[in-house]
Amino acid sequence: MSGSGEAVGAILILVGAIFSLISAIGGIRLPDVYTRSHAASKSSTLGVLCALVGTLLFFLISDGYFSIRLILGIFFVFLTAPVAAHVLCRSAYRNDVPMVGTAEDELKDYYMENENTDDDKEESTENEEAPAMKLIDSEPPLQVSET
Amino acid sequence: MFQTILLIALGILMLSILANMYRVVKGPSGADRVQALDSIGINMIASIAAYSVLFHTQAFFDLILLIGILSFIGTVAFARFIERGVVIERKR
Repeated sequence: MSGSGEAVGAILILVGAIFSLISAIGGIRLPDVYTRSHAASKSSTLGVLCALVGTLLFFLISDGYFSIRLILGIFFVFLTAPVAAHVLCRSAYRNDVPMVGTAEDELKDYYMENENTDDDKEESTENEEAPAMKLIDSEPPLQVSET
Repeated sequence: MFQTILLIALGILMLSILANMYRVVKGPSGADRVQALDSIGINMIASIAAYSVLFHTQAFFDLILLIGILSFIGTVAFARFIERGVVIERKR
């Protein structure tokens, strides 16, 4: 009986490892930063969740030991891996990393407006004593928005 | 057979870490490399779980939580550095 319970844990760990391998293959083969981040974040998160749930079930069945640290690890990885992928994709987008494929860039106008306002705010906080510099610095976003 | 399944899982996790190392070396932008390093951290969490099941010990569970927290903090710090040029801003 306990052998079958241990086998459940081992098979869940194997499934998690296979999901991690699939995410790594997606990280090699996909052409773009955003698609690679899509593959890496979602499927490796699912893989590590399967492996941690398998470990939890293994120790629960074989030893009767319920580890709250594993529950915390599962919860933390489940919360933070998509947030990390989001922050990385936003930093890649704001550094103008190119997007491959036929996708339309609907964020471009929105980010253009927001970057202009952010630049104005930063310049207004930084260049309080030099208004001439502010005029010079505010020229290139206007040219970009006209084109 | 039980140990064989766990050793196969560890080998698959090492293969995926090698594939992510390829992306770290070759990736054209900085965000690729940081994403692959974050994925390596997550694969390390899964391989520590498989390792602790293989040796039937509970001494490494703190390490799972610790690597998760450190990987997240490092990824967010690198993303802020790529995006703004500084990690901690001074004026707000």
